[in-house]
Parts: sequence; structure tokens; C-alpha cells
Amino acid sequence: MKMNKFLVGFFLIMAAVVYLIASSTQASAEYFLTVDELKEKGDDAYDKSLRLSGAVLGDTIQYDPQTLTLTFEIAHVTGDNKEIEQQGGLAEVLYQAVNDPTRQRVTVVYIGPKPDLLRNEAQAIMTGKLGEDGIFYAEELLLKCPTRYEEAVPDQADS
Amino acid sequence: MLPEFGFGVLLVSFIVTIYSGVAAVYGVTNRSAALVESARRAQLLTFPLITISSIVLIYLLVNNRFDVAFVYEVTSKSMPTYLKVTAWWGGQAGSLLFWSWLLAVFTSAITLRKWDRDIEFLPWVIVVSAVTLAFFLGMIVFYENPFTRFWLVNGNVTPSMFSPSAVATVFSPQDGRGLNPLLRHPGMIIHPPMLYLGFVAYVVPFAFAIAALITGRTDDRWTRITRRWSLWAWLFLSFGLVLGGRWAYDVLGWGGYWGWDPVEIAAFMPWLTGTAFLHSVMIQEKRGMLKQWNMILIILTYALVIFGTFLTRSGVLSSVHSFANSPIGPFFMGFVTLTLVASIALLIWRWPLLQSETEMKSMLSREALFLLNNLLFISILVVCFWGVIYPLISELATGQKVTVGPPYYERATGPLFAGLLFLMAIAPLSAWGHSTIQTLGRALWKSFALAAVVTILLTFTYTQNIYALIGFFLVTLVLSATLHEFWRGTRARQKAQKENFFTALTSLMGRNRRRYGGYIIHISMALMAIGILGIEIFQKETQGTLSQGESLNIAQYTVTYRELASWESPGEGVNYTRSVVDIYENGIYLGQLAPRIDYYYDAQQNMTIPGQRSTFRDDLYILLIDWQPVSTIGATFKIYVNPLVNWLWIGSLLFLFGIIFAAWPDKDPADVPARRKVTRDNRQASAAD
Repeated sequence: MKMNKFLVGFFLIMAAVVYLIASSTQASAEYFLTVDELKEKGDDAYDKSLRLSGAVLGDTIQYDPQTLTLTFEIAHVTGDNKEIEQQGGLAEVLYQAVNDPTRQRVTVVYIGPKPDLLRNEAQAIMTGKLGEDGIFYAEELLLKCPTRYEEAVPDQADS
Repeated sequence: MLPEFGFGVLLVSFIVTIYSGVAAVYGVTNRSAALVESARRAQLLTFPLITISSIVLIYLLVNNRFDVAFVYEVTSKSMPTYLKVTAWWGGQAGSLLFWSWLLAVFTSAITLRKWDRDIEFLPWVIVVSAVTLAFFLGMIVFYENPFTRFWLVNGNVTPSMFSPSAVATVFSPQDGRGLNPLLRHPGMIIHPPMLYLGFVAYVVPFAFAIAALITGRTDDRWTRITRRWSLWAWLFLSFGLVLGGRWAYDVLGWGGYWGWDPVEIAAFMPWLTGTAFLHSVMIQEKRGMLKQWNMILIILTYALVIFGTFLTRSGVLSSVHSFANSPIGPFFMGFVTLTLVASIALLIWRWPLLQSETEMKSMLSREALFLLNNLLFISILVVCFWGVIYPLISELATGQKVTVGPPYYERATGPLFAGLLFLMAIAPLSAWGHSTIQTLGRALWKSFALAAVVTILLTFTYTQNIYALIGFFLVTLVLSATLHEFWRGTRARQKAQKENFFTALTSLMGRNRRRYGGYIIHISMALMAIGILGIEIFQKETQGTLSQGESLNIAQYTVTYRELASWESPGEGVNYTRSVVDIYENGIYLGQLAPRIDYYYDAQQNMTIPGQRSTFRDDLYILLIDWQPVSTIGATFKIYVNPLVNWLWIGSLLFLFGIIFAAWPDKDPADVPARRKVTRDNRQASAAD
């Protein structure tokens, strides 16, 4: 009898936790897309919370400090770790993406401080929404600069 | 020659470690005390060996040996010497060596203890630490070698340990790439080693748990031996997490301290199981219950420590902490799976031996509330784990990668943290064995009343936000209930011993370190909760571009831009841009702040250092975003007001004090009488404990 009471309590708590996790997952799930996948989705992509990643094109970075509006373009990079590995690591993949004019590109607008790590060939990971104008409005902007850690071989020109 | 020497020593320590593990198993199965002793000595030898190897690496780092790939990646000429030393744990390969070195330190300390009372544990403790150490050394030797050098073969640079061909020559770049500027901060210099200390120290209780399972000596001896280890491990892990938060707040320039990033969660997960373990182990010692559960918790903690190291080191998850994709990922997964399967198999084998000695009787007894606390910690762990692996699962299931961000974690963990706060208030007042609503109510009604009054006052004066009010209610409840415990204990002692209040309080606490250390930690948690509620719910921000003399207003503050200067710092390789602003509160001049941007040439990277003014009420946190280079007349600022956030740091300091207080060695835990041997004399003493 005593044990049953505990078991009921236990299952009630477990059920509550499962509900918490399920509802929170649903409320804040974000599709993680590459630029190609975003384009493929077409109209379906509008007005949904998305996570988008791509390679930053350094020439396109514009910053208006008056309004804190940051604009830049990103080029498609694959989201698949294995593919990245096969193509010679993230640094190489990003370099290829930026220097390949045939890659699909998306313009990103972000309002806020210009991140320290934003530069050419950085990998940008953004959370936000695609506007009907085809511009991605980012609410959150993370940057990875793989060249810093990748076991790249130094240029001989340095020596 | 030196890199080869360092590598050679590393190789030797790898072989010695494997020998110690094999000799220990062989010795114990063949009842050869001499062989076990030989394993013990081999174990002790790993410490000097790995130390030598580490000293070689540090020597290479400090002396700009850029022909060594690792040195090239993490240091540069312009870095000061102490930073070059910290690069030991700042880079991938080096940090694995650091991890191994710490493990060698800890296992040596354990190996040197007095073993006479539990000699049967010794070989198995050696085996577990040897397997762990061998795994890490193996990763370093074969896949993440910090001694790899650059070679020039037919005009191409190749990294390799030994000369790849007869015509190859050593290639030495002029300068290294330098440590990431973000890592060149005092908080970041101590933060990783603290986390590692915590991670690695958990190997010790795990090793004893496994030894207890294998030998079948499943009483609470293993938890008593390792009590202090798990406390210190918890201390370091906690300290590491707090420092990481403080560093993010001071350096990352986003006005926050915790972002629910997968890498942060990786360090948080073993902390959760470790905290649950600290609590439930008390039930085992007091009541002989939850033995199976404690085994599960320590096995989980160990697995999460290895999994955490793997998450931060493999790059499987997209994260702000950028780390290289590395070949070691699958090995870590394999190792975690293997140890988990082996430990669980052992546990199932010994399951019957781990039966509880008493039964849970009352839903409100101390042990039932502790169990509930454990359940909440594990629930938070499940929330975190689900959040981290959800992208992988969704990709496998649907082909679509779906991630969850901070809102998921906040929503799902919020009620669970609230539940923990509530338990923190009521659990210490419940009795072992049996409590009822009436007894609990009698102990708690004053605190409840006080919390209700405070909450009503706050509703009229501070906020109507329901989440904030619930939070403040719980915080007040914890603080008043816990402080009331200090008060009651001290008054009782005062009456009994005729001491003055202060003497009574200090001797009360001194005699029950663990209990009152725990209470201090509960108080500090409540203080930290105030800070978290403040910044999460009430943070305000504004931004704008100002000409000299212009102002921005936010809350009760006015910030006026005065001047800006930009200069080189020769020798350091840094360009500083420092702005000066005047700050006023309701028109009253408070002083100046100097938010700045540092630009590091070697890393080609900016670092934004905020100007901060901290008070108990709020933080004014000002970031310099941009400036007009030619005239320096205009500059752009982002300003945050973070109410109450200072309580997060005050709470953190008290928290550390609480753990140290609880863990400080007084007497050998072996001398503390075991539960079963409680005599009439010390029954009272342990009842007060």
C-alpha cells in the first residue's frame, strides 16, 4: 500500500516532466537549414523560427552604427559533418564557399552590436525568420572562425 | 630532439599505465600481492612521467618553438609568458595532456593513502584509473599528439611526429597564430582547469564504486572513503561553471552569463548528477537506503564527465565554442558506451547485494524529500540531455535537423528549479523516518508567513510579474527557513552551554560542518536565484550613436559620451580603443566608465570589454560598439541595466565558502563511526548531524 503511494507520486512527476519537455520542445523547435535547403523550401520558409548557417562573404558586410543595422551575405555550405571532413575540413569548406560564385546566397540583416568574430570566411549560425523580401532577419547571431583551431598548415610565405 | 623526447616519455607512460592495469587484474585473480604492489608502483610512476612530458611541452610553448604544430597554433611571440603556459590547457591536444596529468595527480594521491582497512579495493581502483588514463594517453599518443612538428618535403609543409622522408627538413614558421584573445582573460585562464579538476576528480569516487561492485563489499565504505573527493570534485566543477559565467559576463559583451550552449550544458550535466549524488549519499549513510541509486548516479556522473569532454572536443554540435572537428570523437563515444555497459552489467550482477536496509515510510520524511530532490535533478538532466541530442535524433528520424534554443531550456527547467528551491526550504526541517504536514507546518509557518508578506510588498512596490513573484516568494522562504535553522540551533546551544551568541553559533557550525556547510550553500543558491531572476526578467537595454557631450537615458541613469582614444601598445600586439563616458543617476554625477575594444593583431580579432558599475541594486553595463575613426567625435554604445545581478556573484562566493566549509578536513572520515555501530553515547551526536 505504502509503496503504491510512492509509485503514483513518481509517475505523476515523470508525466509532468515528459509534458514539460514535449511542450517546450514544440514551442521552441527551430529548423536548422543550410542556404540551399532554405531556398528549396520556398514559400514554406516564411515566418517560421529557423536556424540558418552559411559562410560570411567579407565584402558584403555593411554596418550602420546609427541604427546598429548589420547587413551581410552568406553563401551555402553543407551542414553534414562527414561531407565537411571529406572536403578537407571546415576551414577549406568555408573558403570554397566564399570563392565560388555559383553558390546560392542569402542576405542577412541583424540589429545589434557588430560581433567581434564577424569576418570573411567565418561560419555564421543565425536564429531568425525569412522575410517575404527574401532577406533573413536574424535575432541571434553566432560566429565560428574555424581557421583559429583547425590544424591548418602555416603558409610558407610566412617564413 | 626535445619534442621527440616529450613524445617518448608520453609513450612510456602509456605503456606503464597499461602495465599497471594488467598487473592489477592479474595480481588480484592470482592472489599475488607482489604483482598488485608492482601495479601500484607503476601507477605511481605515471605521475612523474606525465609531469616530465608536460614540462617539455610548456618549455616548447614558452620558447616559441613554432616548428611544433601545437605551439604554432596556440601561441605567438607577442604573448606574455604566463599566457603561453596557459596555452597548455587552451588548445585541444594540450588540454588532453592536462586532463591526463590531473588524473595522474589524483590517482597518485589515492594510491598513497593508507590501504590497510580496505586493501581489497586497491587493485580495482588501480584498474579503473589505469583504463581511464590509458584511454586518454592513447588518444594523445595516436591522434592528438601535441609534439607533432612541421616538415618541409618537396616544398610542402606536412605535420608529422617523425621525419616523413629522408629529404625532409624541419620547418619553423616565423610566428604562431596566438591563443584566441577570448581566452586571454584571467577568468578564462582559471575556468578550464577548474572544470577539468572537477571532471577528473569524479573518476576517484567512480573507481571506488566499481571496486565495491566487483569485490561485493557494497556497504557504505566506498562512499565514506570518497565523500571528500566527491565534495572537492563538486567544488571545482561548481567553481569552474561560475567562473565561466563571470567570464562571459565580463568579456563576451552580450550582457549575459549563461547561454544554454551545448558546451556549457556539457559541463552542467555532470554537475547535476554530482549534486544529486551528494544528497542521496547522505541517505545511504544515515538510513542504508538508495544504494543502487547511488551507484547509478556515480556511474552516470563518470559517463557524463567523459561525454562532456567529448562534446567540447569533437565539434559534433554547433556551438559558440568553436573547436576543431577531430578524429577522436568516435573513440570517445566508444569509450563512454563501453564503460557504461560494463558498469551497468556489474551493477545488475550485484543488484541483490544493494538492497535497502529500511523502507521508505512517510511521503514527507527527510529521505522521501531527498529522493524527490534527486528526481528533480535527474529531470533537469533529462531536459538538458534531450536538448543537446534532439538535433541528432530529429535528423536521424526525419532527415531534418531541428534544434532547440535557450527558450526551450528556460521553459522546461524553470518549474523544476522552482521545485528545487521549495525543497531547499522544507527538506532540512523534515525529520528522518517520519514527518507529517503538522510537524512540518509547525516548523515552517513563520517562514511561510514572512515570504507571503514580502511577496505582497513586492507586488505593490517592485513588480507584478508573476514569475518574478513566485521566484521571490521561494527565495524568501528558503532564506528565512534556513536562517531560522541557524537561529534555533544557536539559541538551543546558548541555553544548554551558557555561551554567548557568537561562540554558540561558531561551535554549532564547527561541530556539524557538513550540515551547516550545506545550509550555507542553500542560502547562496537563494541569493544566486535573486540575481538570475533580476537579469532574466528585468534586464533593460538601449543603444545609440552619440556625439561628444550627447547622452542616452536608461532607467534612472544618464550616460554622456566624453571622449575616445585609440592607441597601439607596442610589444603586446594589441590596439586599444577606449571611450570615456560620464554616468549620472537621477541627475547626480556618479563617475566615469571606460568601455573599450581591444584588437589583437595575431588573431585578427576584436574583444569588447564593457564598462561596468555594480551595486546591490543593479549593474550598469556599457559596451562600446563602434566609433568614427577619423574624428573620434561620434561613438556608438549599447547599454544594459541588469537589476540585482550582483547577487549572482555574491551568492557564488558564499557558495564556494559553503562547500569549502563543508569539505574542510577535520578528522579522518574513517574515524567517523559507521551507522550500524552507533552506541548510546554517540547516538545523540549523530542525531544532531
